[in-house]
Amino acid sequence: MRESTLWLFHLLAGAVLLTVLGVHYGVMHLSNLFGIDHATVLSFSSVSGRSGRFFYLVVYLVLLPAALYHGLYGLRSLIFELSFIGLVLRRWISRILILSGSGFLIYGAYAIIAGFLG
Amino acid sequence: MAADIKQLEKKYVGKEVEFRLLRFAPDKDRAPYFQSFRIKLSQGMTVLDALMRIKETQDPTLSYRKSCRMGICGSCAMQVNGFPKLTCQTQVTELNTDKPIEVRPLANFPILRDLVPDLRNFLKAHESIKPYVIREDAEELDHPTGEFYQSPKELEKYLQFAYCIKCGACLAACPTNATDHEFLGPQALAAAYRYVADSRDQGLEQRLEAVDGPNGIFRCHYAGACSEACPKGVDPSLGIQLLKREILKYRVGAAHKKPAPLAVTPKGLKRREGIPLPPEKTVGQ
Repeated sequence: MRESTLWLFHLLAGAVLLTVLGVHYGVMHLSNLFGIDHATVLSFSSVSGRSGRFFYLVVYLVLLPAALYHGLYGLRSLIFELSFIGLVLRRWISRILILSGSGFLIYGAYAIIAGFLG
Repeated sequence: MAADIKQLEKKYVGKEVEFRLLRFAPDKDRAPYFQSFRIKLSQGMTVLDALMRIKETQDPTLSYRKSCRMGICGSCAMQVNGFPKLTCQTQVTELNTDKPIEVRPLANFPILRDLVPDLRNFLKAHESIKPYVIREDAEELDHPTGEFYQSPKELEKYLQFAYCIKCGACLAACPTNATDHEFLGPQALAAAYRYVADSRDQGLEQRLEAVDGPNGIFRCHYAGACSEACPKGVDPSLGIQLLKREILKYRVGAAHKKPAPLAVTPKGLKRREGIPLPPEKTVGQ
């Protein structure tokens, strides 16, 4: 895939992250603003209760691939820029990152869906 | 400013200054090393003048590149006290002469000999972005019938990038190039933008082959050191960011570019008296 396409996805993932992380911050870290007690937000019953709601299922399912892609593409850029490696090794690094990212995505999606289904 | 220079020259002319030059002869040296030379400063002496004085009077084996001595050819770019500069444009009095002045070949380039960097990969990168106007109507380019119309506003879009003299100072300053020698480099990328932004050009797609690869434009993380180093005031990092935008526009199908049409000579107009005739046509005879 062209580097510009990967870069475009990186930018789009960044924009998505801004939105869904906004929701995350609003609920988890700025809870006092909404009149919710911080301790209550982090309790097991609250976490499992949120996981069972359709809204959070969508938020987490959007957040997971966006965060994974944005982070792993950034990591790939760092590795490429800070190491003296050739094209062959770069291809292998890209493959490893795609494989590990897919693994995290499947495992994370399983956890989110399992949490939703209870 | 003029008074400052006069004051500096009054202070420094006739003073003996130490130059530490990097020496390396690949046929006999295992590694580069520094050699010191002392010379007396004369009025208006540039670092290049100093190198020429050293070569003439102390060591004729000293190697360096130079040509025009007026900041046009770009041959004499070197690291002076750690910064890439055109030595013909760097007055010795501008530098701190209380300490030895260190001169090395440009960073991020292999050394051929002494102060001479190997520019082959740099020029190959420049060649790879096809630094010439590309059009779909190749017949017009091969057998021109006239000149392409371009407004002053369209010229402004790329003009500063056309001032590049290919000295390599931007590449020597680039942190990405320091860790990734395969990176295309700010010069080639800014040159690519120079042609992409040219209203007469239609070659973006052809240039993507070189520019949009794994060592291409998206490895630039906008440190801006290239723009700081450019002795001609070109802003390569701006060109790179603008080219990124053009590529993304192309990828999402938002790049619509009509090639510049042939300029039409206005008819039925009467020349005012005293206005000289235009020069003879160079094409389409």
